[in-house]
Amino acid sequence: MACIEFRDLGHAYRPNPATAGDYALQPMSMDWADGGAYALLGPSGCGKTTLLNIVSGLVTPSHGRVLFDGRDVTALGARERNIAQVFQFPVIYDTMTVFDNLAFPLRNRGLADAEIRNRVHEVAEMLELSNELKRRAANLAADAKQKISLGRGLVRKDVAAILFDEPLTVIDPHLKWALRRQLKKIHQQLKLTLIYVTHDQVEALTFADEVVVMTDGRVVQQGTPEALFMRPDHAFVGYFIGSPGMNLCPLSLAGEAATLGGQPLALPEPMLRALREAGDEIRLGLRPEFVRLAAAGEAGAVRARVVQAQPLGNSLLLSASVDGQLVRARLAPETRIGGDEVWLRLVAPETLYFSNDVRIAG
Amino acid sequence: MSKPVNQKALLLIVPMFVCVAFSAIMPLMTVVNYSVQDIISPTQHVFVGTEWFRMILNDPDLQDALVRQLVFSLCVLLIEIPLGVALALAMPAAGWRASATLVVVAMPLLIPWNVVGTVWQIFGRSDIGLGGYVLTQLGIDYNYTAHTRDAWLTVLVMDVWHWTPLVALLAYAGLRAIPDAFYQAAEIDGASRFAVFRYIELPKMRGVLMIAVLLRFMDSFMIYTEPFVLTGGGPGNATTFLSQYLTQKAVGQFDLGPAAAFSLIYFLIILLFCFILYNWMQRLGQGDGHA
Amino acid sequence: MVLELEHVSHLVGGQTHLYDIDLKLVPGAINVLLGPTQAGKTTLMRIMAGLDRPTSGRVRVDGKDVTGVGVRERNLAMVYQQFINYPAMSVFDNIASPLRLQRVAAAEIRRRVHEVAAKLHIDHLLDKRPGELSGGQQQRCALARALVKRASLVLLDEPLVNLDYKLREELRTELAALFADGQTTVVYATTEPQEALLLGGHTALVHGGRVLQHGETLAVYSTPASVDAAVVFNDPPMNLLPARFGDNGRLQLPFGVEVTLARDGLPAGECRIGIRPSQLRLAPVSGKAITVSCVLELAELSGSETYLHLNTRHGDTHLVAQLQGVHALALGSAVDVHIEPDELFVFGEDAQLASAPPGVIHGVH
Repeated sequence: MACIEFRDLGHAYRPNPATAGDYALQPMSMDWADGGAYALLGPSGCGKTTLLNIVSGLVTPSHGRVLFDGRDVTALGARERNIAQVFQFPVIYDTMTVFDNLAFPLRNRGLADAEIRNRVHEVAEMLELSNELKRRAANLAADAKQKISLGRGLVRKDVAAILFDEPLTVIDPHLKWALRRQLKKIHQQLKLTLIYVTHDQVEALTFADEVVVMTDGRVVQQGTPEALFMRPDHAFVGYFIGSPGMNLCPLSLAGEAATLGGQPLALPEPMLRALREAGDEIRLGLRPEFVRLAAAGEAGAVRARVVQAQPLGNSLLLSASVDGQLVRARLAPETRIGGDEVWLRLVAPETLYFSNDVRIAG
Repeated sequence: MSKPVNQKALLLIVPMFVCVAFSAIMPLMTVVNYSVQDIISPTQHVFVGTEWFRMILNDPDLQDALVRQLVFSLCVLLIEIPLGVALALAMPAAGWRASATLVVVAMPLLIPWNVVGTVWQIFGRSDIGLGGYVLTQLGIDYNYTAHTRDAWLTVLVMDVWHWTPLVALLAYAGLRAIPDAFYQAAEIDGASRFAVFRYIELPKMRGVLMIAVLLRFMDSFMIYTEPFVLTGGGPGNATTFLSQYLTQKAVGQFDLGPAAAFSLIYFLIILLFCFILYNWMQRLGQGDGHA
Repeated sequence: MVLELEHVSHLVGGQTHLYDIDLKLVPGAINVLLGPTQAGKTTLMRIMAGLDRPTSGRVRVDGKDVTGVGVRERNLAMVYQQFINYPAMSVFDNIASPLRLQRVAAAEIRRRVHEVAAKLHIDHLLDKRPGELSGGQQQRCALARALVKRASLVLLDEPLVNLDYKLREELRTELAALFADGQTTVVYATTEPQEALLLGGHTALVHGGRVLQHGETLAVYSTPASVDAAVVFNDPPMNLLPARFGDNGRLQLPFGVEVTLARDGLPAGECRIGIRPSQLRLAPVSGKAITVSCVLELAELSGSETYLHLNTRHGDTHLVAQLQGVHALALGSAVDVHIEPDELFVFGEDAQLASAPPGVIHGVH
């Protein structure tokens, strides 16, 4: 197990990067604690896989250093780093039994047979694979195969970190739950450092203690799931986390009050002043979960035209247009929307304000 | 309820049936017909039952040719399959080097059989051929027209040169189809180069190797042109393989009845060996436990 | 158009993939086929399209038997999970290809391609080749090619599964809007319950080669006809617990609690009860609520929600609770959850729904 540190780490696939666009991963420094569960979250092409490959040693970064427990491992290959990895599509040794698959990393390291047997049985027990040990790995279902991939990492006592590259892609939704729960329990039991790469925010947030959100080769925020949800530092985080993402509405500060479309919002005076000082491209951000219906004509509320109301079982998702700006609200499931006009309250304790995509207030 | 009948499909299938009938079924039936009759003249023939088959199976020359043929095919498989795989493993994976290597490796496959025979016939001569000359200069008594050993070696080397590229190309295609993740996982698991080959590359190449083994077996078992051009079956009968013996019977001696019986036996032997090989290789991949 | 499957069974190599399916698609609406992988969704779609012929049974379009009629003679379009485009053609030519096969006039082709490309926001990419596009754009191109035909039946086989989560969200909303005009009958296969709810329309639950239930999406969701239906249509999974009705008519729950259900049609003896994770609450809603003492085994935050994995103190039953908002609870701590008896689903011994909640009570948000 190990803590992982990045020092001015960056990577460009082309030599001599000049602009930010030349970097697959823009230079940054970050520390990951020993025994933590981290997720790298972002859309495809955001650099998360590059960062993962740098951690595993499959890619040597063009800039900066990677430290494991203070030891510089930048130049070391995957074999010397004591990491394990679970890939997007199950990687198993087809011709071997489940037992031999799990024993493979230990046999390669020349451990004694008795010890191998102990370790394999211990790990199989943990992963609920004990009854499958004699079966040929190729004949198992996708979720069992992914467990074997994970098991090959767990059998090794010296593993510093286990990396996951979208490991649930090929798993059915109801099995994802069981697998994730098992993974969580193993994490609590063994306190391994886990790093999980995904584009799926639910997976990232439920898995990790800390989530690193990336876009365009840049780390935009690292934080707990709660922080990313409640107080995103960047408009992208607001948009990317949450389903649907945060409502981001451009505000005009030209007149006396702040307005959205043509309608005034009841912003407190100090906040209004702060926004005026902050400069341009001011946007209001509020999660659909915190948008509330208001009585018609209520002070500070805005009028909106109903676009769609989707009943989702345990909530009602309302899409409404405020003078052309789409706003979504997640309401209690029994809410009745009468007519095609609603009034919405967008200024709430949870409301945030962004200038040029960076959170400035709220 | 009426079933809609699609006439178009039938129209598309009929030409295929006609082609197969003319190219395979009818010639085969002719051969079966010949094999049970004594053809005295085009209008005169007598039904002889299994006599030709008995005669052929008891022919010591044919038995010798069959043993020679089996030894030759076995040698071909034992040399070309491992060599082809080794070649594929050594070939570059991508870039211009990969394309260039592919072209060079594929070159022998583009040369017509009889030209291959002629090339090696000249190459092996000690007076005007480079190979024969070098060997003679090295003090080796090499003469493929006189020594059985030399004739065999030359035919074998020629076949290896001609056909190993096919195995290599097939194996190469199999190797390229393995996702990178497997190599990465093996590296992380600390697998040796041999373990990567044994547990990833070899199992993943099983399908293409099966095709390679079957193709090489069938082709080598029917080899004709190259040894015919190179040695003419000699010295003596040392390199007379089955198909050459068959030609001698059918064309040289015009024993159509025995030749037809011979053809059928030949056909059945190839079918039988392919069946055995295929099943054996299938089982190799499916056995539970340590394969 | 009305597409009906009558007693459709399908065998492949001696193995049954579909068992005697009766299904009538709702015309002009989105029909979701919801079920896990290998449930038979793709087989069903291939039969609807005429790509496969069912082993037995009939396929009818507007009452006419089309069982053996090939895909070319039917007016339909299909989109797959892989992004399938002609790699050597430009996006324009890709989208135009079905119209060219129909010998539509060039001017008309131009007009329709531009129209559909604009709808799918790829009108600025018409000169590019599919290889130069991102995954989302490639799938938009494939969708445009399907839509440009104006087919009366459009089959979408998990079209968003290979896209990023956020992209999926966007395209799903757009798709629902594209088909809102009621001109097209859409079949949409998915494994995700949330996706079915977001698309609305009608849903058929497919499981193990059978259609478990078919109806309006929300109706199917709120009254699952069987245990299997509840399993297929709940993510997070519904809590399913063994229980029994005692001689006194009271429901005995596995964690040592008895409760009277004020409903008709309850079975006697052994049964199973279902509780949605969102209906396990930290505070009771009504005076009738059952309180269950649990130990917190695991907590997962998904930002707006918290999932608690709980073990009951009595009866060692595993429960999952889905709570709104962020709840910071220590692992191993005692947690009391409350269940409203009026929200329980009761399944009989035959695993069929015996009694649905009489009135849906909604949680406090």
